[in-house]
Amino acid sequence: MAATPRIIVVGGGLAGLSAVTKIAEAGGSVDLFSIVPVKRSHSVCAQGGINAAKNLKGEGDDVLKHFDDTIYGGDFLADQTPVKAMTANGPAIIDLLDRMGVPFNRTPEGLLDFRRFGGTLYHRTAFAGATTGQQLLYALDELVRRHESEGKVTKYEGWEFLSAVLDTNGVCRGICAMDLRTMELRTFPADAVIICTGGIGAIFGKSTNSVVCTGSAQSAVYQQGATYANGEFIQVHPTAIPGEDKLRLMSESARGEGGRVWVPRDSNDKRDPNSIPETERFYFLEEWYPKYGNLVPRDVATRAIFKVVYENHMGIDGQPMVYLDLSHIDRATLDRKLGGILEIYEKFVGVDPRDHPMKIFPGMHYTMGGLWVDFNQQTNIPGLYAAGECDYSIHGANRLGANSLLSCINAGFAVGPRSMQYATSLAAQPGDGGHSAELQRQQLLNSKLINNQGDENPFRIWRDLGALMTQHATIIRYNAGLRQADAEIVKLQDRYKRVNLSDRSQWANTSFAFARQLENMLHLARVIVQGAELRDESRGAHYKPDFPERNDEKFLKTTMANFVDSAPRFTWAEVDTQFITPRPRRYDATA
Amino acid sequence: MPDQTPEKMIRVEVTRRLTPEAEPVVERFAIPYRPNMNITSVLGEIALNPVTADGRATTPITYDSNCLEEICGSCAMLVNGRARTACSTLVDHLEQPIRLEPLTKFPIVRDLAVDRSVLFVNLKKVKAWVPVDGTYDLGPGPRQFPQVQEQLYPLSNCISCCICMEVCPQFNTSTNFVGAATIGQTKLFNNNPTGRVLKEERLRALAGDGGIHECGFAQNCIHACPKQLPLAEAISDTGREVVLQKIKDFFSL
Repeated sequence: MAATPRIIVVGGGLAGLSAVTKIAEAGGSVDLFSIVPVKRSHSVCAQGGINAAKNLKGEGDDVLKHFDDTIYGGDFLADQTPVKAMTANGPAIIDLLDRMGVPFNRTPEGLLDFRRFGGTLYHRTAFAGATTGQQLLYALDELVRRHESEGKVTKYEGWEFLSAVLDTNGVCRGICAMDLRTMELRTFPADAVIICTGGIGAIFGKSTNSVVCTGSAQSAVYQQGATYANGEFIQVHPTAIPGEDKLRLMSESARGEGGRVWVPRDSNDKRDPNSIPETERFYFLEEWYPKYGNLVPRDVATRAIFKVVYENHMGIDGQPMVYLDLSHIDRATLDRKLGGILEIYEKFVGVDPRDHPMKIFPGMHYTMGGLWVDFNQQTNIPGLYAAGECDYSIHGANRLGANSLLSCINAGFAVGPRSMQYATSLAAQPGDGGHSAELQRQQLLNSKLINNQGDENPFRIWRDLGALMTQHATIIRYNAGLRQADAEIVKLQDRYKRVNLSDRSQWANTSFAFARQLENMLHLARVIVQGAELRDESRGAHYKPDFPERNDEKFLKTTMANFVDSAPRFTWAEVDTQFITPRPRRYDATA
Repeated sequence: MPDQTPEKMIRVEVTRRLTPEAEPVVERFAIPYRPNMNITSVLGEIALNPVTADGRATTPITYDSNCLEEICGSCAMLVNGRARTACSTLVDHLEQPIRLEPLTKFPIVRDLAVDRSVLFVNLKKVKAWVPVDGTYDLGPGPRQFPQVQEQLYPLSNCISCCICMEVCPQFNTSTNFVGAATIGQTKLFNNNPTGRVLKEERLRALAGDGGIHECGFAQNCIHACPKQLPLAEAISDTGREVVLQKIKDFFSL
């Protein structure tokens, strides 16, 4: 291997930038690839905060309680070793972010302030207003800019990852990527490659995710032999603002700061919400879950809203919406702690949530599943690592709010040094490491796509995929529907074969890049629906009315999908439960 | 026969260029109206059915976008002549035809996409970072009163959309002016307890070519910033400090 290990990081969100930082500090050389300028990555959308058991409120919180809340919140599906490590690292990560200049909210004494979040009874969430993800990403972006100016990091912004380069032994030796302006294809050599490409929201059409969150990179390496784990576990956030082009997140911190969810007790009540008296409001989360109230975990809150709307027919004005109410809290407090999200509501809906209850409904938000990794963040392909939302390892069957920022930074910090360690003991590659073969394969795929003759618009196929996935693979799942969805995805794959790009130019051709992503989305969609169909139980975010209970005997297992003969093939792996024995998950218990 | 009420349409005119060198062409579209549409959803509709108002087949429009909730800063463009983020610009508030054009102060990539990397270059010039010793565990950061946090946080909300630079009469090739965003970040890091250590270097970077003296106080940036950053204070505070630094440097203090 070379004197200086050369590592490629794909994706410049929190996980990617954290990995880059650690590698640069350890003397490695990094090539950082991102579709968008890294400062515009999806991590900026995270709002509410980042969890760590700093225990600065005299509540007796500690890292083991954070560990237990995370495992319990994830319905015992997460492997416990990495979760234990993450929660233990939490306080030091918050301290570091503080030193890096993240403008966290403060107490009068000048210490970090903490707020409540779902799935815990402690004030454990540090926050910078309601734009915490943005502030964290910027701090890491600035650190990486410093490393860049010192020559340790080379950024390839405006490049899209297409595939890993594998040598004849199946070892990862680099990547193939496409310049999104010139449409040029190139392979780049590396001793190790780290995938930090985030979420997959685009597979569901409308979600809270950003445009680039297609899961395309994860799907590409899955098709090259990487195992994709727990794909069926999709988090639907209880409070999103329904929109024409996307579902805009309304942070859980709104409830952390005292926001209350309700509907009129009388479903025919057409009055302005502010004139409905307290006694005529149905605060269903507080009634059904007296201990956690509005701060039950997201899967629980989402199902409750769904039940109120579709079983009790109590949605506002008969519409699929419920109130999220902050209007009882004084304006100064709201502006100081939640300003960012209130502005979003005001700008996109045109109503001031400081005066009027917001109208919200659940929306697809996060994938707990992702690329399978070992306890060193390495996939089953040697030299190929994954970290962040795109890896499956932390959140089990349901992620607790404000654990994602922690998991991304923690995984990035872990994977950096471990990839360096791997790179320093790496044997020389056979031949050219597979570079020319991979470049040729991708060139062929590109020329086939650009010259394809047919009658299908890729954006229409995508719209149909989104509708299908949202209908069958989100809050409530039935086997018949999942089977139907899988059959429909196969039909969409057939339609994809007839895709016709109205734009055949070779300069900044966005529909061409999108069509490449779409093919990968379709493959990953099958992993999600088939995995969901095979899991005949209810656990965390995966809920089947026909199998309403958790079944540990049969399904306390990690779902492992591999790409065989152009379709997913499934096996199941044991879950690491060595520290906390699985117990029933009952947020409605009062004791 | 089903009801044939004519659909309400949105009229849109998009200034397009196939390449950076190409002459601009205006294409007109008619998009089916739905309530609460924003400009990015209009552009999405064109991608679904890339046909002009007069029925001619064309291509989806190239533009930058990502978060669609005005926090990533990608989708800045001119909407009816005004620099705005497309995602938070709602059709219901606009006069029609809606004219979409690329920002004018940055190199064109294609259609509505421009290259704004100059901002990231400028941020390197002013060392817009906190120079921590390392990312290993060194315990908590310095204490900070909430009053200080509340002063710095708004500056940290800059989304790098570059609208402040687009609307600035001084931001052009003859002045090389860095623009308000970079000055805002300079103030942010100069007031961070640790970031302060690089204060003099930052001020000197703003004293040279294209520095803060190029600001003509037109104040367009303040009105155009979608995040309402306190740019006026940032420019006047930083300007004063740059002058003081120049005096200190002159007398080698």
